[in-house]
Amino acid sequence: MSSSQALSRNTILDSVRANQPAAQSMPTIPHFHTNNPTDLVATFCESIARMAGVVVTDHVPDLDSFLRTKFPNAKVICSAIPEYGGTTQPASLNHWSEASTIDVCILRSPMGVAETGSILLSDIELQVNTIAFLAHDLMVLLDTKQIVANIHDAYQHTYFNLRPYSVLMTGPSGSGDIGGIVVHPAQGVRSLTVLLSPAPDAGQRTG
Amino acid sequence: MQAALMVPCYIDMLYPHVGIATLELLEKLGVDVVYPKDQTCCGQPMANSGCYEEARATEEHCAKVFGSFDCVATPSGSCTHHIRNKFTAGADSPERQNLVRNTYDLVEFLHDVLRIREFPWATFEHRVALHTSCSAIRGLNMASMSEHVHDPVFSKPQALLSGVPGIEFVEFERVDECCGFGGTFAVTEEAVSAKMGYDKLAFIQQATPDCIISSDMSCLMHLQGCARRQKQDIPFYHFAEVLNGVSL
Amino acid sequence: MSRPVDQAKNAETFLADTVHEQRLDELLWAMRMRRDAAARQVPEWEELRTLASEIKEHTLSNLSQYLIQFEARATANGMIVHWARDAHEHNQIVYDILAEQGIDALIKSKSMLTEECELRPFLERRGIRVTETDLGERIQQLDNQPPGHIIGPSIHKTTKDVAVLFSQKYGSDPNNEDAAYLAGVMRENTRPDILKAHAGMTGANFVVAETGAIVVATNEGNADLSAHTSPLHICSVGIEKIIPTRESLAVFIRLLTRSATGDTITQYTSTFRGPRKGATMHVILVDNGRSARLGMKRFWHSLKCIRCAACMNTCPVYRRSGGLSYGSTYMGPIGIIMMPTFEIRKYSELPFASTLNGSCTNVCPVKIDIHEQIYGWREVMEENGQIQVVKKEAMRVADAQPSDPLPDRHGHTVNRTGSPSPLRHLQPLECMGQAPGCPGSHNRNIS
Repeated sequence: MSSSQALSRNTILDSVRANQPAAQSMPTIPHFHTNNPTDLVATFCESIARMAGVVVTDHVPDLDSFLRTKFPNAKVICSAIPEYGGTTQPASLNHWSEASTIDVCILRSPMGVAETGSILLSDIELQVNTIAFLAHDLMVLLDTKQIVANIHDAYQHTYFNLRPYSVLMTGPSGSGDIGGIVVHPAQGVRSLTVLLSPAPDAGQRTG
Repeated sequence: MQAALMVPCYIDMLYPHVGIATLELLEKLGVDVVYPKDQTCCGQPMANSGCYEEARATEEHCAKVFGSFDCVATPSGSCTHHIRNKFTAGADSPERQNLVRNTYDLVEFLHDVLRIREFPWATFEHRVALHTSCSAIRGLNMASMSEHVHDPVFSKPQALLSGVPGIEFVEFERVDECCGFGGTFAVTEEAVSAKMGYDKLAFIQQATPDCIISSDMSCLMHLQGCARRQKQDIPFYHFAEVLNGVSL
Repeated sequence: MSRPVDQAKNAETFLADTVHEQRLDELLWAMRMRRDAAARQVPEWEELRTLASEIKEHTLSNLSQYLIQFEARATANGMIVHWARDAHEHNQIVYDILAEQGIDALIKSKSMLTEECELRPFLERRGIRVTETDLGERIQQLDNQPPGHIIGPSIHKTTKDVAVLFSQKYGSDPNNEDAAYLAGVMRENTRPDILKAHAGMTGANFVVAETGAIVVATNEGNADLSAHTSPLHICSVGIEKIIPTRESLAVFIRLLTRSATGDTITQYTSTFRGPRKGATMHVILVDNGRSARLGMKRFWHSLKCIRCAACMNTCPVYRRSGGLSYGSTYMGPIGIIMMPTFEIRKYSELPFASTLNGSCTNVCPVKIDIHEQIYGWREVMEENGQIQVVKKEAMRVADAQPSDPLPDRHGHTVNRTGSPSPLRHLQPLECMGQAPGCPGSHNRNIS
């Protein structure tokens, strides 16, 4: 640290110490499980729909034909999951900006949140982080056994203590800044579809 | 029981019929009303302008005049809110503490102290828009606050007015949005104050009431002025008048 | 020293434009209603507010310890932590980071702190082009106007306003007011800047001491974009944004978006704990008067603010004045209690831009006693001689001096019969400023 930075740091900390009020204690934070819904999958589906996300609950036997039917104009289908090849994989991207050439990216999320309809992604699932907001459309696989009840549960996930980047994504990007009218999409992904599907090695977890 | 009657200075000056109605109502209810003649003001206007020095003498005088009574009733939510929650300009004294503890808005006095619910001498067969002031709602908890969505809905003034045969309450939007009076605000931010008043009247008028009632004359005064400027011909009544048996 | 902002006059100008005033009032009241609906879905809503308030009070009263903890964890995570005593130092640090790499173009997501520090003009004067990626901020940047609301910077503009602005700046169709079309125009025109960026800047909604993380919540994902689309990510954050743990973060995430817009959460709620491989991440911790405010016994609770704007949405005065009327970085109720700490004279009128109705206090997710602080600031202004002569005079004029004889005990008042009040051009007020009695005292009517 430079000497001027050390001075700034010390000045600020001294000022904070001199001014901070008498110490008040930290409250105990409950996780509010008694108020949780009983059907987490149904709640998850309702929550994500409110944020213009889409959920596919039916079993999809053939991922490739499903994707090509749903996104008929997609030329670049990027797969971040081992069980499906797509036309390309994140490892093939040479530069973060190339994520913008992806029409649809398919990935697996390790956790969903019923309260909000969010799915968790980190640098591990994304491999190239910019996929989360430069690809046109996202298809996210989620095991229903990995849906937690609420945000208190969500922030227990180890990613928030370990990964350099983790994001709770809830539906496609949007904005209400133009005349207060909410539009999808704004800068980020145009659509987000969650496909409920059991994880391949459900007993193991990465992270 | 005995109660001292505090009549807000602006009611005394401009709407004495409200003070009189309050007096008559309390006497009908068997209260031995004492009216201290040297009362002036609770100090609210000065304090709300930040003029604590000016407020001090007024508040100390108020404490001196009323501080020996076990019960002080006043037909003004804003004065009661000031005394109960913001009466800090004057020096502390047993009289000041007494006054803070024992002052009630008329609504509270009837609802919580006398616990009266019926007013058989009155009838009011009209559609009523009831406006409750911000002081009364958020300062005195006289009615539920719309922001606190989990609280049970209640209204002490409505509960009391329901004891007057014939009254029908209309529902209107933004029921507890401020009317825009705000004391000095009405002068220093006249345009916004007036717009808030016009808007409140518009929401009220959508429900087609026959009249507007409130337990705070300051709100009514403001809305009345706004109505007059818009050439709206709707009567305004203070809560005390209706319970006392006024007719339209 | 600046002249005081005449918020009342600015509000009057705004009100004269009935189209914009009505639209803003309806839009923001609808946000308030959405907030209510969202709170109704959470049975523990009031308990969450109390927890949030207590967590903040604990953190602020132990702030030095948490700042040091955050610095240590963030540094271990690979972030470079800077300290800025004031706005100028903050801006200089940002410039130095960019200049060192020879970078002359920066993209950034929304940060009220950078507005507070006036970063953009500072950088632009030094030859650095800054592109806002938040849609509302970009609209305001194009229009050379500051933000009018802390969540929706351009919320006071109608779709027609935006269509006209975009046609001027981007050559799009001035008659196409469709919001989706306009969002597409923005996306097309800013995407090239974003993809070419060499540096990205974000603010932060929360800073987590325990994990050395910064948390940013957006609906567009533009903060994520701004942070990733270059090997250099700079994050500026006020020192009061620190919270102790991941566990406490959950409380705030549950309250923030519901309070702001009524949604349960923003579309992208992201945690950055360090740079990705090959990239650099800087965090600038900014004081700029916050540590001094911590020592203000009556006002330090304003530091709990999580910038949700619920107070603005519910404030009947804000909705009829427009955010720009306050002439300040932060507006509405929270602005009234924060801005005097930056410049007391310039913002000396703001505490009077309130009816003290208290709705703001009731919606604040961290239970700041906003309207009580507004009341407190009035006393400070009076004590410091900051109340303008004109305002004081107006308050004296309001002193009710009826010229008509008062009616007798059983008579009707002039108002009852409908004839004009003697103070017809003013709303007659309670007696003003003549302690210990008021003019009416000599004519006490009821006896």
